[in-house]
Amino acid sequence: MHNEAILPSTANKAGGQAPGTVITAENLTKTYGDVAAVDGISFSVRAGESFGLLGPNGAGKSTTMKMIGGVTRRTAGNLRIMGLDPDSHGPEVRAHLGVVPQQDNLDEELRVRDNLLVYGRYFGLPLSYLKPKADELLEFAQLTDKAKSKVDALSGGMKRRLTIARSLINEPRILLLDEPTTGLDPQARHILWDRLFRLKEQGVTLVLTTHYMDEAEQLCDRLIVVDKGRIMAEGSPARLIREHSTREVLELRFGSERNTTIAAELDGIGERLEVLPDRVLIYADDGESALEQVASRGLRPLTSLVRRSSLEDVFLRLTGRSLVD
Amino acid sequence: MSLTARQGAADQARNRTFGPLYSRNARAVISRGMKATMGGHWLVMLSGFFEPVLFLVSMGVGMGAIVGAVEGPDGTPVSYAAYIAPALLAVSAMNGAVYDSTWNVFFKMNFAKLYQGMLYTSLGPLDIALGEIFLALLRGMLYATGFTAVMAMMGLITTPWALLMIPASVLIAFGFASLGMAITSFMKTFQQMDWITFIMLPMFLFSATFYPLTVYPQPIQWLIQAMPLWHGVELLRQISVGMFTAATPLHIGYYLVMTAVGMLFTTVRLRQLFLK
Repeated sequence: MHNEAILPSTANKAGGQAPGTVITAENLTKTYGDVAAVDGISFSVRAGESFGLLGPNGAGKSTTMKMIGGVTRRTAGNLRIMGLDPDSHGPEVRAHLGVVPQQDNLDEELRVRDNLLVYGRYFGLPLSYLKPKADELLEFAQLTDKAKSKVDALSGGMKRRLTIARSLINEPRILLLDEPTTGLDPQARHILWDRLFRLKEQGVTLVLTTHYMDEAEQLCDRLIVVDKGRIMAEGSPARLIREHSTREVLELRFGSERNTTIAAELDGIGERLEVLPDRVLIYADDGESALEQVASRGLRPLTSLVRRSSLEDVFLRLTGRSLVD
Repeated sequence: MSLTARQGAADQARNRTFGPLYSRNARAVISRGMKATMGGHWLVMLSGFFEPVLFLVSMGVGMGAIVGAVEGPDGTPVSYAAYIAPALLAVSAMNGAVYDSTWNVFFKMNFAKLYQGMLYTSLGPLDIALGEIFLALLRGMLYATGFTAVMAMMGLITTPWALLMIPASVLIAFGFASLGMAITSFMKTFQQMDWITFIMLPMFLFSATFYPLTVYPQPIQWLIQAMPLWHGVELLRQISVGMFTAATPLHIGYYLVMTAVGMLFTTVRLRQLFLK
């Protein structure tokens, strides 16, 4: 769309930012006191790409997003958004960003359509542009018949869609989404995914954080898994599964008493064995043949399930199963 | 269309003198405030207008009946209502400005998360501060105009000079709004916010509002003269009868300094709060 018009001039100022790259982070660090929320991460995002930051709570995802938006200053490292440093050029950088924060911060004192118009004014955009744009975005967010409603009368899913519509008012080249579907029911999530996918088709660069693996698999071309402020892995969802897990997973339940003693008897089946309180996971490229081996050893699980490996397996492997507080 | 508009905003931002703090777009914050007020709580705003009017009627007319005439700022006797009316106007300018710049800002900052949303746009913290303060001043001016009209209807205005009370009230409001916003930026809890009320109430009662300063012993007089409201009360009282002394520029200067210090503090604090 309009991207090419600005890109060359801004990219020239990048100081090494490759053409077509819209975000470059090198050794990005943010410390609060002694605690490193983000501990030297490096990544880059290409124009039109859909890039995910995955990680448990407190991994540093939101802090990274805030540094990209220039609302949190980095402690160390290099960061360029379309060739500009967000710390010194916050307003210019944000003129090209759309932001969907973790918690909706819609203006409850304004009506639905006014939320879009007023937000557009914050970017200094004229009403002659904003009025048709607001109607177009209401259509996109399936909120046209709610244009005059009060914000607090909207459902959670509607509020989320309005927040996304609002983030698009300045036709951003990069859309930052911080856990976009947390707290939504499945219907609302799927509608939202559909809308995000359409944006991606239009060439908008998406950067999203999530701890929903299905969301990451649906939306992300490429992602990084972060834990405790560091990058644990990077790649496409398929590649991450290939590198960090097996093709299939065999899930067995023997009942909680038997569960703890069964590990030794299953030794040698599959590539890797994981004992959880309620079940045993056997990572194998061929789950069915692993199940046959289990049966041939005379073991009779209460239930068994063969499934494809998912990003969730990768995630849990990389970030551990213990609860993060 | 959209492209040129956005580049316009970016160019504007590039010319700014306050770094990432300011993008010369406080008017967007102002128009947001107007829309929000029109759409909802304009009735609540009326209460701020009636408060000083009720005081004027009860104290001025009621108490005035037993107090009788008192010595005015220029030495000639005036009715008690005419004596306290300018003081009440100063109080209402203070109350309006402080309410808008403290409780309102506190709520928007900590609960509505309004400013967080704004700061993810091209706006900087200084745009927000200027916009909110302007709204507080506009409200203060409306109150002052209304109150002056009430004074006129009650026959308490005797000179055209009294019209100057309106811009003077705006100056008073400016001082309180900018300082109030700076103080609010330090506040974390509702309990801390109550301290503001704790300071404002005695200031309202003792700043020579209802009787002359000379009733106090000298050290107390000095204390009160150091407080901002006394300067506002004195300034408006002088203007109400069109009598200006060497103290007049001093009162005005007090508010100019207060405004400058408040704005400086607010900007520094907003930078600390929002550009962490």
